[in-house]
Amino acid sequence: MPAKVLSIRIDGELVKATEGQTILEAARAAGKYIPTLCYLEGLSAVGACRLCIVQASGTNRLLPACTTPVQDGMSVTTNSPRLAEYRRIAVELLLVERNHICAVCVSNGHCELQSMAQSLGVTHVRYPYNYPNLPVDMSHERFVLDHNRCILCTRCVRVCAEVEGAHVWEITSRGIQARLVSDLNQAWGDATSCTSCGKCVQACPTGALAEKGRSVEEMEKRCGNISALAIHGRVLA
Amino acid sequence: MKKVRLATVWLDGCSGCHMSLLDIDAGIIALAEQADIVYGPLVDAQEFPENVDITLVEGAVSSQDDLNKIQNIRGRTRVLVALGDCAVTGNVPAMRNSIPVSRLLQRIYGEGPTGKLTMPVEGVPQLLPQACPLHDYVHVDLHVPGCPPSSQTILTVIQDFLAGRNPDFGSKVKFG
Repeated sequence: MPAKVLSIRIDGELVKATEGQTILEAARAAGKYIPTLCYLEGLSAVGACRLCIVQASGTNRLLPACTTPVQDGMSVTTNSPRLAEYRRIAVELLLVERNHICAVCVSNGHCELQSMAQSLGVTHVRYPYNYPNLPVDMSHERFVLDHNRCILCTRCVRVCAEVEGAHVWEITSRGIQARLVSDLNQAWGDATSCTSCGKCVQACPTGALAEKGRSVEEMEKRCGNISALAIHGRVLA
Repeated sequence: MKKVRLATVWLDGCSGCHMSLLDIDAGIIALAEQADIVYGPLVDAQEFPENVDITLVEGAVSSQDDLNKIQNIRGRTRVLVALGDCAVTGNVPAMRNSIPVSRLLQRIYGEGPTGKLTMPVEGVPQLLPQACPLHDYVHVDLHVPGCPPSSQTILTVIQDFLAGRNPDFGSKVKFG
């Protein structure tokens, strides 16, 4: 049975969606832009970063577009001063949580967090910085994990589990203590389930996961390849 | 026409923002016709003067001296601009912030090749526990991120100010 076709409005425009689609999927299919950080097409959606929050008719709560299914007759607002302010807050809180020093980062100029801050007009952060003392895991032969730059989006966790099937990565602890860990909280280089495929590195939106030997600004990710692999089973030429 | 009184300040930064300012090249001649640079590393004045119209501050607040300076400057300047990532976010100077100052100084001055403590104590200001952005201590009127902000960005800030416009970068500037 073909999926039921639903009618929704996105920013006032009538859009056809299919049952089971999320607001984000329906919006993207209709060519509408909703900002995202933790979402990566082809991987499961987790609603971690709250950048994709939208307003929907019938509720005053802001809903994450990446995990909220469309409902028939729904009216969605993707941008407003209120949404822009909450999105800026989300980015600012990510920036204060760890040590994001763009100037000395491998991903400077190619970082999704940095460009998101820029596109939202975040010129400074209104909250006190946390300055945590965090380690850098250099134990893997080819890759580096720098916890200072991790935003806990879990794109690495998901690509490893869902595409590579290795499930090396997981998040341990909660709240401000949450950390990315490999295998049973071992050094990455000792994680025997890691196939060294590097998908996590390519899926990472920041400089948290990078190839060794890259200097400042030298780490460009290929997230499009990850989505293509996840959706088509191969990297498109 | 009365010239605008412009000051620049160098706190805990690498001087890269001042280098970027100098990179406006010939633009500085046109600027000199409209503004007097009354204080900063580029001129001779020893003391921060009264009644400054606009001050561009490079660098984080890292020492007691930086803190005294920025508070004095805030009281004497109409528009205070945080210029560059160190002034806006703390940036590289803030990378020491998770390390206690005593441990930091011990490592740098006390664990050298001689093993002797050679920590300078006279004529140097005391470090604050952390290097912080300007707006942790004083009101900042405009934040201009970048490491450094491009010379064009800096020139735009000054020109907008001279023309009586409120500089609005929207999404034209970025961290890093």
